[in-house]
Amino acid sequence: MSNFVQANLPYLLAGISVGGQYALIAIGYTMVYGILRLINFAHGDVFMVAGLVMVYTTTAMPMYLSIPLVIVATVVLGFLIERVAYKPLRSAPRMSVMISAIGVSYLLQNCALYFTGGLAQVYPTIPWLSNSVTIGSATTKVVTIVTPILTVVLVFALVLFIQKTKIGMAMRAVSKDFETSQLMGIKINSVISMTFVIGCFLAAIGSLLYFTNYPSVIPTSGSMPGLKAFVAAVFGGIGSIPGAVIGAFVIGICENIIKGLGSSWTIFSDAFTFVLLIVVLLVKPTGIFGEKATDKV
Amino acid sequence: MKKIFAIALAVVMVMALAVPAFAADEIVIGVFEPLSGDNGAGGKQETLGIQYANAETPTVEVDGVTYDVKLVVADNESSTDKAVSAATQLVAAGSSVVLGTYGSAVAIAGSDTFGDAGIPVIGVTCTNPQVTEGNEHYFRICFLDPFQGTVQANFAHDELGATKAYCLGQLGNDYDQGLINYFTQAAEALGMEVTAESFPEGNSDFTSYLTNAKNAGAEVIFAPCSISYAQLIVEQAASQGIDVPITAPDTWDSNVVMEAVQGTDLEVYCTTFYAEGGDPEFEEGFKEYLNSDSTALANNGGNDMIAAVSVMGYDAYYTALEAIKAAGSADPADVMAALPNVTYTGVSGAIAFDEIGDAIRDSAFIKQANTETGVWDFVAAQSVADAE
Repeated sequence: MSNFVQANLPYLLAGISVGGQYALIAIGYTMVYGILRLINFAHGDVFMVAGLVMVYTTTAMPMYLSIPLVIVATVVLGFLIERVAYKPLRSAPRMSVMISAIGVSYLLQNCALYFTGGLAQVYPTIPWLSNSVTIGSATTKVVTIVTPILTVVLVFALVLFIQKTKIGMAMRAVSKDFETSQLMGIKINSVISMTFVIGCFLAAIGSLLYFTNYPSVIPTSGSMPGLKAFVAAVFGGIGSIPGAVIGAFVIGICENIIKGLGSSWTIFSDAFTFVLLIVVLLVKPTGIFGEKATDKV
Repeated sequence: MKKIFAIALAVVMVMALAVPAFAADEIVIGVFEPLSGDNGAGGKQETLGIQYANAETPTVEVDGVTYDVKLVVADNESSTDKAVSAATQLVAAGSSVVLGTYGSAVAIAGSDTFGDAGIPVIGVTCTNPQVTEGNEHYFRICFLDPFQGTVQANFAHDELGATKAYCLGQLGNDYDQGLINYFTQAAEALGMEVTAESFPEGNSDFTSYLTNAKNAGAEVIFAPCSISYAQLIVEQAASQGIDVPITAPDTWDSNVVMEAVQGTDLEVYCTTFYAEGGDPEFEEGFKEYLNSDSTALANNGGNDMIAAVSVMGYDAYYTALEAIKAAGSADPADVMAALPNVTYTGVSGAIAFDEIGDAIRDSAFIKQANTETGVWDFVAAQSVADAE
């Protein structure tokens, strides 16, 4: 038994850590969907841009300044994307907004390609987080342990925020009924902006953790984590925050267990994620925590 | 306002499509290289070697007339689906001969486009046998993977004393999988036990694969893969405390990988085409060229370390010039006819082609990453005779 645990602990640790990072991205997808019924395809690329901003800012300033700056820059980027690419399409069909999101995604990727010259950028080493630590049989980075704890704390804070504050209440109202809440005097634009701000804030934190573990940023770095986080959000029931977090952990852990199953299975680790998406859509289209769809989609 | 904007955009598009006109006394050499994507760092260094050679010898004399050699560079983005459009661009530019590409998978994908247009291609560092097999137009100046895989297996067995090896490559990449295949054949013939695994494209989490290697009891990890994955594998191997040697083929011979290895406790080896110090005169000139141009220096990874691929690019350019001289014309068909008999002694050694169009090469160099000084240390030169 102890042999089994010793051999498999590294997979589990990797799974929990990557799951936490997916969770932080997935919340951004799920919140935007809950409020706008929009799948924000650019979210994964915002995550990548946060990584690049970190790469460039650390060359010019010390780490304790660049980390807050990365978070602020990412939040501003998310806010601007919403104002420029989504807000003018508020009354357009939902499909137009989605296409606009895909456009923003490619725009960000190509801008990144231009700025990096297409080369992989080495992510700076964040002190302490990058230190090696030994747990039982596994040697890993401190960030692996920090990620799940930080994720849970942030999610807890977010849930409190949504349940207890006035703007949180407004967000809940808007996600229930867009038009009615508008009629009730809720400032819809500020609620939507707030959603993007929170989503991007979490994506920035996620990118700090993710790239500390996998320290190379390329223009398409955001697409795979973004897709997986999206699957996690669907799996947990898109629109539900706890659902997205649980979904992300399930996907992260399963993916790494499959990689550990032996050489004939490892190649299916990505396929698993997407098979899961199809199965969930077939069996329980609203996801494990999803509300019953009364209309829409 | 909108109308004006639309017209302006249309004009820009038309301008972009317009084919640039060429002067009559110009010969175009196409450079088919990845300048972005997974192999962008390597492709840029290979292109630098070609550009340096062009800067050094910008003209070629054919039948008593001196022509300017113009390089047209097309970026194939390290991607098999972008290869054809980059190749088409070079065909449209009127290339007499094309050099490239870094990465066998992309070379194979772009090959037919050049073949259909009747343009010969000189492969610089694409080592997979399929690149030149079954066609008339693809030549190459570097060694091949069956040789490289055998050298690697012998090295792991004889020098590192390994009996169990773990191979890790990218799923569906001809280069990675080909090398794993040749390595496995040679290693099993030596009585080694080999476990091979593949990761999907775009993967950045290698911790589980490295754990697999550890659990399999591997005494050496052989990882033929692109530079950007190499960097991640090195980082994660270091943080997981991997204490077995990692060996890798020519792709890892890059200062990007070196930077990741520096300061760790890892034991990293790679096979390559050229060992630094082989031709001091060339090295001095090339370093001067790099340091005189900030863009070139940035493309070389920010320092003036010489990558073997740059040397190969340099030799490929001169081989192309020899071919044009031998053909006595800039017509692609004449150059293709002349190429099989071209010989040239370059910085990386003597170049001659066999009947398939492959270089007759009999040596590879093995280097180890020095984790303190951040340079590659020469370990051994292996020749075909040693490998067999």
